[in-house]
Amino acid sequence: MLFSRLDVKSSPYLFISPFFVLFGIFGLFPLLYTVWVSLHDWSLIGGNEGFIGLDNYVRLFGDAKFWNALYNTLGIFAIAVVPQLLLALFLADTLNRRLRMRNMFRMALILPYITSIAAVAIVFSQLFGTQFGLINYALEFFGVDPINWRGEKYASWAAIAVMIDWRWTGYNALIYLAAMQAVPKDVYEAAAIDGASRMRQFWQITIPMLRPTIIFTVIISTIGQMQLFTEPAVFDSGGAMAGGTQGQFQTVMMLVFQEAFRYGNYGYGAAISWALFVLVIVFSLVNSLVTSRIRSAT
Amino acid sequence: MTTTTTTPSASAASPRRGPAHADPGPKRRRRGRVGEMRDATPLTYIALIITVLTSFFPLWWMFVVATKDSAAASERPPSFLPGGNFLLNMERLFANTTANFTLGLMNSLIASTIVAVSVVFFCSLAGFALAKLRFAGRTFFTLAVVVTMAVPVQVGVIPLLILMDWLGWRGELQAVIVPFLVSGFGVFMMRQYVQQTVPDELLEAARIDGCSSFRIYWNVVLPALRPAMVVLGLLTFMNTWNEFIWALAVLTPDNPTVQFSINQLNESAYSRDFALMFMGSTFATLPLLIIFVVLGRQLVGRIMEGAIKA
Repeated sequence: MLFSRLDVKSSPYLFISPFFVLFGIFGLFPLLYTVWVSLHDWSLIGGNEGFIGLDNYVRLFGDAKFWNALYNTLGIFAIAVVPQLLLALFLADTLNRRLRMRNMFRMALILPYITSIAAVAIVFSQLFGTQFGLINYALEFFGVDPINWRGEKYASWAAIAVMIDWRWTGYNALIYLAAMQAVPKDVYEAAAIDGASRMRQFWQITIPMLRPTIIFTVIISTIGQMQLFTEPAVFDSGGAMAGGTQGQFQTVMMLVFQEAFRYGNYGYGAAISWALFVLVIVFSLVNSLVTSRIRSAT
Repeated sequence: MTTTTTTPSASAASPRRGPAHADPGPKRRRRGRVGEMRDATPLTYIALIITVLTSFFPLWWMFVVATKDSAAASERPPSFLPGGNFLLNMERLFANTTANFTLGLMNSLIASTIVAVSVVFFCSLAGFALAKLRFAGRTFFTLAVVVTMAVPVQVGVIPLLILMDWLGWRGELQAVIVPFLVSGFGVFMMRQYVQQTVPDELLEAARIDGCSSFRIYWNVVLPALRPAMVVLGLLTFMNTWNEFIWALAVLTPDNPTVQFSINQLNESAYSRDFALMFMGSTFATLPLLIIFVVLGRQLVGRIMEGAIKA
């Protein structure tokens, strides 16, 4: 009897404790400890070499490399995510019809999501080769001069954006499709009777109805893309984390890596990561606000 | 994670026409669900076929180059048919000393399997407790789980590395296993699933029969969770298999994961041996493709339910 009372009282805590203990050690602690490390002169070799207050942050504000990396990260985010979500909406609308082989098309959409990111980034790096890449070869076919995908800033952004979009567009399309199927059909019927065109129905019914879903995907994409690393790191052959010769496509996470593991500046690297964390949170909030504003205005 | 919070009130504004929808025809049988759906036009199919080709092409190209000699990757005009060097390239890959590919493959298999099993076990245990057991602080702990889902782990990479130094785990396989043994997303997903599928009466009956809480979990809850366990397990396997940034930080080239290993091929070569790199990429993708073939349909279903976090 005593055992069973004890069991009922303590089991729940026992059952949830592995999660909270492991998360505490390997999730929460590093996040908070980042702040502590960032306030110190802390190096790979020397370890903790003393408290320096906000010096790392002061340096951060004056560091052109940080601003460049942030500009790159936000730029790639913008040119990748906006077309991606629009395309996903379009694809979802396309799939939301009476179709043959519906399941096959859905599976094809999700295939890129289920591939190894690093492996696919290697493949895309070759496709975007300046001299022998297939993409330049195809462009040449249309009379376009070869593009220096790695050397030019905006070209490199575009190449990386393509890799991101290849992977994520179908995934987002499926999420939108699910939401579209939940929109009551008679709303469309009513609109059709009132003479609204398909285009108008899409913009004035589908999009507003999908607002919560769109906000969700925007936030998820923001959290993911602000930490963009694998695609540009693999694209940047040589492993220097420099993001091209002039840092054309060095992202913030690549800069963290470069500072911490190439130069051994743990303290400064930690300051950049913490700044990134704050930015992720801020941008997610701003995004959700802006997205809901825009949508409620239509 | 709810993605489909539509507002049914909007439909109230629409005029309802007559008794049901008066268009009797051969399609009547399926009308309830798809009857009002628009028909696909040829343009729809063209758009979808382009999408399918775009999805498949990079993977096909990866396989094509992996079966040729290295010069073939830059051949003009390119040929999109596989060549005959598959076995040779495979041999070269596994014999390559910079990549340590065999070890990388083994390490990834071990790590992904352990992490997947652990996440499924611990997350379903915690999810069951949060969904069905009564205890002080339940709401608080549930909220705490949701909040942890928003924390990007990569940001803590430097302190995590310092922690690994304290533990003496840098360069060791457990460094890419232990930090990922639980996941907030997993707990949340399991909690939702338990709430929806396990009836309280069943748990009460088991309790009256004298089952301890753990036996209830093991004998009553777990069997009901099987579909969710399979999907969570495979998603976790996929994520661990794909993990790159942390492996790059904590491991060394002589003890890599498969992603680290193919990246070695990518970075080390002066003249790039594409056939070798693409062969490595093919092997790094293969287990995921097998998952896709076996479980693609369920994964699509899960994503459509909005139950998946990126």
